[in-house]
Amino acid sequence: MELQLLLLFMVFAAVVAVQIEDLLSSVIAVGAVGLGLSMAFLILKAPDLAITQLVVEILCLIILIRATINKDLPLIRDGRWLFNTISTLLFIGIFLICAYFAFKDLPKFGQPTMRVAQEYIDKGLEKTGAANIVASIILDFRGYDTLGEATILFTAVMGVLAVMRKVGRIKNEKS
Amino acid sequence: MSEYILCFVLFCIGLYCVLRKRNIIKIIIGLGIIEYAVNLFFVLIGYRAHGRAPILAKDQAILNMVDPLPQALVLTSIVIGLAVTALLVAIAIRIYEKYGTFDITKIRRLRG
Repeated sequence: MELQLLLLFMVFAAVVAVQIEDLLSSVIAVGAVGLGLSMAFLILKAPDLAITQLVVEILCLIILIRATINKDLPLIRDGRWLFNTISTLLFIGIFLICAYFAFKDLPKFGQPTMRVAQEYIDKGLEKTGAANIVASIILDFRGYDTLGEATILFTAVMGVLAVMRKVGRIKNEKS
Repeated sequence: MSEYILCFVLFCIGLYCVLRKRNIIKIIIGLGIIEYAVNLFFVLIGYRAHGRAPILAKDQAILNMVDPLPQALVLTSIVIGLAVTALLVAIAIRIYEKYGTFDITKIRRLRG
């Protein structure tokens, strides 16, 4: 029951984040969605995810506030209002139709199919020696996933540095 | 089942925001909401009713653990989401410096 209430709160905060005019308020509302998601992970018995989501959410908020502060821009609503709305509703409709067909094949809530994971739970301790099964999966059974994640992080940091760099740019403009 | 439906609603709100809004920061926010919805969906699929966190305890045989595999995948996905958001915001700040606006319909001039 509390999970539904939390999800309703997240949906409400997401609507506020999408519809509010002020950008800073919008960023703060999306922070509320993320912190609600962190609490939802806690209810869904995923403590590692809750901690990670908390840290990532606060970092995300800092980055987004850096982008929006001192740049208060009014939203403009002109142009092809009808065309934009109809195409948006079309895409959402296509998604809902696909979701309806996928909905029937989903496992019931609360009864997961644990074909692979049962092996990890049974043999995780003796094979890896870690009491936390999630840690044993990300660092041992699926270590290459984590290697790929580190590669993506490195690439993204390189991208941010290359985009935000100013030294080479000024020299280029002068010449 | 209502949890899945609320998760889909969250996804639809994010999709609406990405497709309909014209402000770049709003689009980044929409992408973030979509990412939250997908992460939540994975963890919802792995949840077991009255389950316990996938951490072994001493001198206890824990039978009803929740599925640890989606949690491990989502843990990777959350961190990648932070990196993607940082890259998007960096590009948005550069666009603001170059064009002086966040409006995507005003960014049409291809200069240099």
